[in-house]
Amino acid sequence: MNDSIWRWDRAWEVLPHLLEGLQITVLATVVGMAIAAVLGFFIALAMRTPSRWLKAPLRLLVDFVRMTPIPVQLTFIWLAFPTIPTLAVGFSVLGVHYATYMSEVYRAGIEAVPKGQWEAATALNMAPGRTWRAVILPQAIRNTLPGLGNYAISMFKETPFLFVIGIVEMFTEAQSFGANTFSYIEPITMVGVLFLLISYPTSLLVRRMEIRLA
Amino acid sequence: MTTSTGETPAIEFRDVTKRFGDNVVLDGLNFSVPQGQRITLIGPSGSGKTTILRLLMTLEELSGGLILIDGDPYTHEYKGEKWVKVPEKRRRVVRNRVGMVFQQFNLFPNMSVLENIIESPVHVLGKSKDEAVADAERLLDKVGMSEKRDFNTNELSGGQQQRVAIARALAMDPEILLLDEVTSALDPEIVADVLGVLKEIADTTDITMLLVTHEMQFAREVSDRVLMFDKGQIVEETDPETMFTNPSHPRTQEFLKAVLG
Repeated sequence: MNDSIWRWDRAWEVLPHLLEGLQITVLATVVGMAIAAVLGFFIALAMRTPSRWLKAPLRLLVDFVRMTPIPVQLTFIWLAFPTIPTLAVGFSVLGVHYATYMSEVYRAGIEAVPKGQWEAATALNMAPGRTWRAVILPQAIRNTLPGLGNYAISMFKETPFLFVIGIVEMFTEAQSFGANTFSYIEPITMVGVLFLLISYPTSLLVRRMEIRLA
Repeated sequence: MTTSTGETPAIEFRDVTKRFGDNVVLDGLNFSVPQGQRITLIGPSGSGKTTILRLLMTLEELSGGLILIDGDPYTHEYKGEKWVKVPEKRRRVVRNRVGMVFQQFNLFPNMSVLENIIESPVHVLGKSKDEAVADAERLLDKVGMSEKRDFNTNELSGGQQQRVAIARALAMDPEILLLDEVTSALDPEIVADVLGVLKEIADTTDITMLLVTHEMQFAREVSDRVLMFDKGQIVEETDPETMFTNPSHPRTQEFLKAVLG
């Protein structure tokens, strides 16, 4: 019987499992953020159209997605669409959830482009499409990079929710190791450390980006 | 409607009204600018002078009346009795004749100096890139900015940015150039440089110019006519010599006394 609280042999034993889980965690974040970045952009653009028939239902959908918890959404979609592979459900629920937040980031980024830029484009008689592509979006997207980074970190930390539909990411690996060995302290601590090792440097990078863009 | 020379005026305002909410900025304004004339608009802030330039650039919408460019309907027209917007497609054709330089320069920060200048000649006028670049280089030379061709706009001082903005407006080969307080955001020692560039353009081209400025000496040198505005109305309109030495309207006298000291 070994009753010390922390056992290094357990910690080393669980590490390979955690690193395997980490791959899924990172993959979910990358794919999820890619979905969020693209879909969020189109939501932001759609919200700018004068058409109320497009805006009203979209607004409702966006609010609905934001106001319900991710585990509930995961479980609901997973149960409602049993034919969709579990990983695809997990990644796209994360992606759609964050797309609703990213659309706000894009909206703010577009609105932060000074009015004078639109006016100069009009004075140069640029076509609306060209104004967007050549003038507004390059500046707006620059403004959105820190927001994108912050939400990527936030999503990264919420990947453990994938647990509820049985996706084995890092946290689930730790849980099952604990269940098998009755040692929870080591795997859970290691999970925390691994999250921190990735999210903290990323947040520093985002902060530097914010300072540079300010 | 014709001017004394018998030509169609470059710009004509007919009963132009502009309201922002309940605030009436222009109320039934009528005036016209003959081809090639240089006109300075003076008057206290809020008198409507900048609004006139912004209406001419379609940055604001009219509340009533018509603006004609070379006799062509520009922003609105009458279909029978009905006052309607000119469709954007036709507006764009007429807008090609009008250029504007802003107080805050408004260069595109995501493009180099050269890219700023060739953007619309290539994408709006349909010039080849080579031709647009050649024209841009000639204009950069004219405004004394040749060596900054490939710089980012944020590497330039205010005066340099404004000179690039002038070149950018000229690259569209406008018939009408609107200058909206173009030296107001500049350090005093730079103002003379930019005014020098504008003076040279005034001397070497026949572009119709409308300028809003607080530089009364410059206004005196370049303009053919000065319009004094107050509360959205022209209160006095005369040649610069008379306006600045012997104004007749009490509001003009008051205003000039305040700005000239």
